[in-house]
Amino acid sequence: MRHKHQYRCGYMRESASQCMTQGTPQNESLVKVRSKSWRAFIASVVAGACIFSLAACGDNTPSSALAYDSTHNTWASEKLTPLTGEFAASGASSQKSAVDAWIVGYSSAQPHISISYDPSGSGAGVNAFLTGAVSWAGTDAPLSQAQLQASQAVCNGDNAFEIPTYVSPIALAYNLSEYGLNGNAIQLSATTIAKIFNGSITMWDDNDIRQENPEIASKLPHIEITPVWRLDKSGTTRTFQTYLHQAAGDEWSSEPSETWPNSIGQGAKGTPGVVMTIGQAQGTIGYADYAQTSGLGTVAVKVGDYYVDPTPDATAELIANSTWNKDAHKQGRYVLDVDYATQSEGVYPIALVSYDVACRVYPDKRDATFVKQWLSYVLSDAGQIIAQDNAGAAPLPKALRNQMLRTVKTITSASDSKSSSGSEAKGRSDKASQHSTNVQVR
Amino acid sequence: MKKFSADKLFKWCAVGAGVLILAVLAAVAVFLLIQASPVFIGDRDAAAHSISSFTGGSTTNFFVFVGPLIFGTILASALALFLAFFVAVGIALFISHYAPKRLASVLSYIVDLLAAIPSVVYGLWGAFVLVPHTYPVWKVINSVLGWIPLFGGPVSNPPRTIATVSIVLAVMILPIITSMARDIFVQTPLLQQEAALALGATKWEMIKLAVLPFGTNGLVSASMLGLGRALGETMAVLMILSPGSTYGIHIFTASRNQTIAANIAAQFPEADSMGVSTLIATGLVLFVITFAVNYIARRITHRSSSKKNGMIASVMAWSTRKFSSRNANHSAVSKSDTGDNNNGKAGE
Repeated sequence: MRHKHQYRCGYMRESASQCMTQGTPQNESLVKVRSKSWRAFIASVVAGACIFSLAACGDNTPSSALAYDSTHNTWASEKLTPLTGEFAASGASSQKSAVDAWIVGYSSAQPHISISYDPSGSGAGVNAFLTGAVSWAGTDAPLSQAQLQASQAVCNGDNAFEIPTYVSPIALAYNLSEYGLNGNAIQLSATTIAKIFNGSITMWDDNDIRQENPEIASKLPHIEITPVWRLDKSGTTRTFQTYLHQAAGDEWSSEPSETWPNSIGQGAKGTPGVVMTIGQAQGTIGYADYAQTSGLGTVAVKVGDYYVDPTPDATAELIANSTWNKDAHKQGRYVLDVDYATQSEGVYPIALVSYDVACRVYPDKRDATFVKQWLSYVLSDAGQIIAQDNAGAAPLPKALRNQMLRTVKTITSASDSKSSSGSEAKGRSDKASQHSTNVQVR
Repeated sequence: MKKFSADKLFKWCAVGAGVLILAVLAAVAVFLLIQASPVFIGDRDAAAHSISSFTGGSTTNFFVFVGPLIFGTILASALALFLAFFVAVGIALFISHYAPKRLASVLSYIVDLLAAIPSVVYGLWGAFVLVPHTYPVWKVINSVLGWIPLFGGPVSNPPRTIATVSIVLAVMILPIITSMARDIFVQTPLLQQEAALALGATKWEMIKLAVLPFGTNGLVSASMLGLGRALGETMAVLMILSPGSTYGIHIFTASRNQTIAANIAAQFPEADSMGVSTLIATGLVLFVITFAVNYIARRITHRSSSKKNGMIASVMAWSTRKFSSRNANHSAVSKSDTGDNNNGKAGE
């Protein structure tokens, strides 16, 4: 059944929402919970895609985003405590499209709930969390020690913790459409990329670029390279600089930060601004969320002996190769130490890792129940698939997710924790371990 | 008795409104001061760290940080005002003195409509239409007039530069200045205009003698209102300009300048509490700049209005001067002068 679905999803790639509607028949009972309006929405969105596969869409259309491999500890097969009312979250704008998809998926099992996500930015999101205004926050940067201290005020005296929920490939997008080069991926190594962004390579027909692209060397135009960067503080900027810092050696000496360090080329606001600027002139190149770079050329980045295209799957390999940060893990947090300088075959090395911050113990029982259900859903197969299809996210390896789920399951409220205080320790004792590269994700 | 109390009520309402605006202004100023104070009197290390995070580590001094922002703000606004002012006065004069009545009322209606368009729309227009299409224009200006420092330097492509920004700002402030200028020109006393014409002035001379001097104060206020909008404009600048923190005056080169308002909007979402204070401190600087600009403008208008008391006298004085100078070399110009006069009268 799984394979068949996968095939359909792959085949019908253009209709992301169809994939999220696929599911296993075992979950038919769950289907009944879904609201009429959801069905109507699905019907209208999927209609076009169904032309090709009427039979496939037919009976299990409404089945679900929630469908989850039944052999695993699926959150959906548990009896969900019904929740009502509004829940607010805020944080990193990078997660926004994934969170939107998750809200749709999660709400289908909790139809009387309304969830909002304010993409106010990582800093603002965590601040809102620390004041207790939101029940969880999205952030592109792990919590600082000061923020951990502060979190005890809203988490009933315990530290907050973060788990990676959204991993997205950062593509190097360029525009050479007038020279017919947006179709073929230009190949670049980390050193060459760093030289482009630090201003030592200024022309597209530079020798370094020619040498890495022997097949199209003659087509490379003699025009200026305009690097495009984010003018606002951004986790994407930090990630890209971290990659350059680790992988390009001496060519990128400045310490990674959320602010772009030089004024070479042009700055633009937000990912949409960067993508728009790249599209507006020939010879531009910039870094942006892969899912938003359609129509532009994307660079294949050299890792080991190969040039790797930015794809969710190649990025998932990067995460599978990563380890938990040991210090954070001792505190019961899940922070990925990503090896950007990796030389492993088939790994795309630039990925934004975005975290969700939550309390281990909530003062309010309702919040605890919600966040537990929500994070369980986000980490489920269904949650990962819906994020990949709607936001271009790289699916997190299952082994990692299972570890995180164990901690998520221990989320509790102040009143509950008195009766069962032992469960918490279990989540913390997960061993930080190296994960094998061949974890099957789906 | 009843009339008296209604009178009193109205008076106090008016006083209340007047006090309210002062109170709001004071509240804003106090808010800015309180929020900005940690940068100046708080933890020095934290402030330095926050400033260096905004500048990519190039400085930890607030004034070194805000200097280029002030420069960029004033450069963009001044260029916009320069571009908009003459066009606005032209449109206003056309509406008030040249256009047929029906066209004039349609035109002034359209101008008022333009003033109501939100700035984000102008920003989108600038970002999607102007930016990709102005590159050839800037290229030509740069190659012809590149010897002027303002137009020198490399031309960036896409031109997300001060030049493009100031065009959008000029279009934004054009309706404000036009609308106010028109209202003022229309109020020029008819007697003075007719007096000027009766003294033999052409229509242009009449405008120069009667209409423009009468409107000087109003024009300055209109310009200041426009300049105020340009100084504080955020969205349009944010969407178009590629920022940089230098004192560069090459308006065709990207990543050289940034404005205060756009910088606040760009950096605010990811700022921590000290970062917010730093940004608000730059907002305080903008507040002060706006005040200073308005004050200087008031001073200028005050001086010019106290100089000439009695518009008629000034018209008479000016025209006397003019005609006496004409008589001095009348043989050379008398022919064309009479031609002008005839034209002017035919126009009436």
